[in-house]
Amino acid sequence: MTTALREADHKKHSLLDSLFRNLTRAAAFGVLLLLAAIIVSLIMGSMPAIHAFGFGFLSSPDWDPVNNKFGALVPIAGTLATSAIALIIAIPVSFGIAIFLTELSPGFLRRPLGVAIELLAGIPSIIYGMWGLFVFVPMFADNVEPWLNSHIGVLPLIGPFFSGPPMGIGVLTAGIILAVMVIPFIASVMRDVFEVVPPLLKESAYGLGSTTWEVMWKIVLPFTKIGVVGGIMLGLGRALGETMAVTFVIGNSHELSQSLLMPGNSIASALANEFTEAYGELYTSALIELGLILFFITFVVLSLARYMLYKLGLQEGKAS
Amino acid sequence: MNLENTAKPKIVAKDLNFYYGNDRALKDINLSISEKMVTAFIGPSGCGKSTLLRTFNRMYQLYPKQKATGQILLDGENILDKSRDLNMLRAKIGMVFQKPTPFPMSIYDNIAFGVKLYENLSKNDMDERVEWALRKAALWTEARDKLKHSGTSLSGGQQQRLCIARAIAVKPQVLLLDEPTSALDPISTAHIEKLIDELKEDFTIVIVTHNMQQAARVSDFTAYMYLGDLIEFGDTSTVFTNPKRKETEDYITGRFG
Repeated sequence: MTTALREADHKKHSLLDSLFRNLTRAAAFGVLLLLAAIIVSLIMGSMPAIHAFGFGFLSSPDWDPVNNKFGALVPIAGTLATSAIALIIAIPVSFGIAIFLTELSPGFLRRPLGVAIELLAGIPSIIYGMWGLFVFVPMFADNVEPWLNSHIGVLPLIGPFFSGPPMGIGVLTAGIILAVMVIPFIASVMRDVFEVVPPLLKESAYGLGSTTWEVMWKIVLPFTKIGVVGGIMLGLGRALGETMAVTFVIGNSHELSQSLLMPGNSIASALANEFTEAYGELYTSALIELGLILFFITFVVLSLARYMLYKLGLQEGKAS
Repeated sequence: MNLENTAKPKIVAKDLNFYYGNDRALKDINLSISEKMVTAFIGPSGCGKSTLLRTFNRMYQLYPKQKATGQILLDGENILDKSRDLNMLRAKIGMVFQKPTPFPMSIYDNIAFGVKLYENLSKNDMDERVEWALRKAALWTEARDKLKHSGTSLSGGQQQRLCIARAIAVKPQVLLLDEPTSALDPISTAHIEKLIDELKEDFTIVIVTHNMQQAARVSDFTAYMYLGDLIEFGDTSTVFTNPKRKETEDYITGRFG
């Protein structure tokens, strides 16, 4: 009798198990299906624009809804420039924050600081945008941009990037606001991965007489590189797609300018600003194609990150 | 005990106390570790043997709530003195841990890592140093053809010998081994024990082990510890065959622990 019971139990369990297996599979494939559906609808939506402008869409700085002439160069450049600025600032700062939180901070500060950083990540982007426009922009225009103009703007090569009227709003401002927004993401991922480094590994390096910097830079960072790159990609993903905060401070101008102090536009910001007023099939289609390009940029960036990790793995000698 | 007469003392602990927060983990430890000898610390888990070892290179300083009082003299100089340079101390006192901890880099770089902290060697000299360390750690024949491979591609026992090679590459005077074979199979353990025997020609070795046979096999002196006290300390054959204290006898005969 007991064996019969057990068999019944077993049957029930294996049924549940297969149900569970199929549910998880359905969820996983559902995501793939969704991804494919989004890509297909983006491509279909942008067909009219693709027919009208071809590859010229990518290289043309024109954005003239009145004459139905559209080009994506300005928003593409703006998206890439603001994201690059954001990462250039955010990566070292986040690394510093993560080192401090895992290695140097006294115990009683660790939790409050960690929580503060996570809270920073939870602030809605519109608030960053408002703060950026009302507080940061005037401060930047009055104090920082004149200095940039007179000190860096006169240098050869990089000078042209930092000269122009100190208006406050512009590509550089948007990049800095983005940096503030992505720092909590990158820093908290870095802190999390640094914390899982085996204490013995760190002690081995300290035991050879390494300084904290040497341990972090030469042991902890290589050991956690996958997680760190993942964190940076998370931040970059947010920076590339960030809409509200950028719209507030970037200036939303379709003028191409070499100077980072001049207003520009980003893909996400152009989409948010113009979708409501887009009349005509071609205008709408051009905006959808912008969305497709953003999708593509994100995809390329993620692939590059994977490739970089693969190369690093080769260097380290894992594959021989 | 006339240990002090048999060999020159390398490390001398005087009235050493150690605290984890408010817990006193070492109680007035006094002992003397002889130069170019192997000294083993044995005792049940939590007796303070690893803690004692970790005071010798001030590893505990990484953790804010841990502190040591008393004196530890390395060649007559107190290493607990805060003004002493920690990194130079650790250059003199190498350490190997319970588990192999290869750095995430090639075998060659694993060994060059520590050397580069203190010396600026030419490529040739560095090559020689790496070979020297690997030979000393009995890993050269196995690793010579894959110096560019990742340290983590080695087997567990090889990784532990890599860690020993890494520690001796900086030419320390003292080698601290914290249960170096606890994660290894018997063959790898035998390798390491043979290695310890050879290394004591050049280095003063202190080994923590919870394997009493291992202590009996490799060490010249043995310290038995229990609950933070040093119960008995003497030359290994005496401690194992003719212990002076009842507690030691109970432990080594397996009646306790």
